[in-house]
Amino acid sequence: MVRFIIKRLLMLIPVMLGISLVVLILIDVTPGDPARMMIGAQATQEQVEALREELGLNDPLPIRYGRFIWQLLHGDLGTSLMTKRPVATEMWERFPYTLTLVVLGTTLSVILGIPIGIYAAVHQRTWKDNTAIFLSLISVSMPSFWFALLLIRFFGVYLGWLPISGVDDWKGWVLPSGAMALGLTALIARQMRSDMLEVLRQDYITTARAKGLTEGRVVYRHALKNAMIPVIMVIGGIFGVMLGGSLITEVIYSIPGLGQYIMTGLYNRDYPVIQSGVLIVSALFAVIILIVDVIFALVDPRIRSQYTRKEKRKAGRQLAKETKTVETS
Amino acid sequence: MDEKLLEIRNLAVEYHTDEAVVYAVNNVNLTVKKGETIGLVGETGAGKTTIARSILRILPPPTARIVSGEILFNSTDLLKLSEKEMQKVRGNKIAMIFQDPMTALNPIETVGFQIAEAIQRHNKITHFEAEKRACDMLEMVGIPMERYSEYPHQFSGGMKQRVVIAMALSCNPELLLADEPTTALDVTIQAQVLDMMESLKKRLGTSVVLITHDLGVVADTCDSVAVVYAGEIVERGTVEHIFDFAAHPYTLGLFGSLPQLDSKERRLKPIKGMMPDPTNLPPGCRFYERCPEAIKECAEAPPPDVEVAPGHTVKCIRVKGDAA
Ligand SMILES: Nc1ncnc2c1ncn2[C@@H]1O[C@H](COP(=O)(O)OP(=O)(O)OP(=O)(O)O)[C@@H](O)[C@H]1O
Ligand SMILES: [Mg+2]
Repeated sequence: MVRFIIKRLLMLIPVMLGISLVVLILIDVTPGDPARMMIGAQATQEQVEALREELGLNDPLPIRYGRFIWQLLHGDLGTSLMTKRPVATEMWERFPYTLTLVVLGTTLSVILGIPIGIYAAVHQRTWKDNTAIFLSLISVSMPSFWFALLLIRFFGVYLGWLPISGVDDWKGWVLPSGAMALGLTALIARQMRSDMLEVLRQDYITTARAKGLTEGRVVYRHALKNAMIPVIMVIGGIFGVMLGGSLITEVIYSIPGLGQYIMTGLYNRDYPVIQSGVLIVSALFAVIILIVDVIFALVDPRIRSQYTRKEKRKAGRQLAKETKTVETS
Repeated sequence: MDEKLLEIRNLAVEYHTDEAVVYAVNNVNLTVKKGETIGLVGETGAGKTTIARSILRILPPPTARIVSGEILFNSTDLLKLSEKEMQKVRGNKIAMIFQDPMTALNPIETVGFQIAEAIQRHNKITHFEAEKRACDMLEMVGIPMERYSEYPHQFSGGMKQRVVIAMALSCNPELLLADEPTTALDVTIQAQVLDMMESLKKRLGTSVVLITHDLGVVADTCDSVAVVYAGEIVERGTVEHIFDFAAHPYTLGLFGSLPQLDSKERRLKPIKGMMPDPTNLPPGCRFYERCPEAIKECAEAPPPDVEVAPGHTVKCIRVKGDAA
């Protein structure tokens, strides 16, 4: 298992290299000049050109890429062109906000989505199920930024219960995490429902019923554990979608998180910020997927046995034999 | 021996799918005596599994519906029990072995746990005792108890079926429903599994409903036979009687023209034609289309059950009662 994790982490390196190259190329082909943005519209063309030279923006792409990687290897994510502060420091300050938002949003959608999905599956083809499907269909199709604005209008402006922007206290987090969670709750609920229905059709569920187990035990012990396996995958993916979704939500609710940071960076053509920002976010995403795979292996013995080595299994059997001899003697 | 353990009266089961209503079981009557092994034979889709699952009330929801009938088990109507009372019967008094061992076990629980779970459910014993009894059950079906904590994917098909059998027998049921317990296994293991069931039956006095396509198995292990066709029992009687004096044209077709207990023919004979569509059953005899001896009257009204000899009934108007 440890070997598997190490192997996967090593595999991340080429992926990250590839992503940073793609980002660099994308920046290169996007119009807009950071030097011009930095010194303003009244500067002369010569001044801009001089600054470009100073910042190394005129170097060919491979050299810029090499420089970026070289810095990265020294643990340096570069310096923001706008604020002149190290990107690593700025991201580190903003990271807790994004993490809070993403964790809150994901948690909310998991604790709502999973029970709704199970409930709909257990009441398959009744009005309860139909209502759940209908609501989740609406939620999935509703753009999250629009829902965010609706929430602001209703709870923030009309009722005046919750702040419409800023996260100075816990109240500030309610609307942004709600906005983030809506579509994903529906997504999890739908996934949970269809997996649950699929599992409930399986023969081993009939076997469990035939043993005389209570319906609760059949559903929550035998079916749920099996049905959770694909849902965990979706939740992992959702965590990643959340990282992206936080971009818009942070802007709408003025939360000083990573998303807003990268958005500002994009707007200012602040290359180091964009490059390192995208790199860090994708690294986070990759780590989450890795965690999901590890959870998979923990839940599903069929996958686990691919990672455990033969000797270990033999050792387990030996142990069982010893206990047996102890018992019989 | 003559005491009735199970009596099914006028059982009818339908599957309501999106497209149509499948009339899977129609007006079935069946009696199982204490200690008796009864064979259910018939083509695929005849309704054998549906009958067995109805007894345990584990038909697939929400499509399946038991429309009418009584299932008396020790004189209690199982269909009238509450779900809670029924749970105490399942796995305890009546247990079932399923058709496909490959899918009958939960892939993410250990086999030992799955057996122990059934034991603990129906007995007031500690977790540890349940585990110990599950180990004993494994040994009894010929699986070393060291494999208690292994998962189904580490077992072969035959071993999985033994696990399912161990599970089914773990609470000493009075009635065992064995749905083609050997079809998915290769020939050598088939014999082992049947021998095992036989010896367990002798030891525990369990009655068995054995669903099979194999007439050899019927001849070897069953006391009586019921032939199922399009959701009906068209003929039933003791093994000797059915093998020697089969009367229904369908049974005759199945067994070949000269059925004999010592015959080398083991498998059911294919009969020309197809079983009627269970969503659209004919009004008269269900076998009319394929019957070599059909007459005009056969298509008009459903044939009655005719008792040709004590305990031997045939659903056919061409057969005469005791007089014949
Ligand atoms: N879940 C279901 N939904 C709809 N129809 C079903 C369902 N299960 C079974 N049927 C139909 O009910 C009829 C009887 O099926 P059943 O499984 O009882 O047959 P069987 O005699 O056990 O066949 P086999 O020998 O293939 O196991 C068939 O026509 C089948 O198509
Ligand atoms: Mg069947």
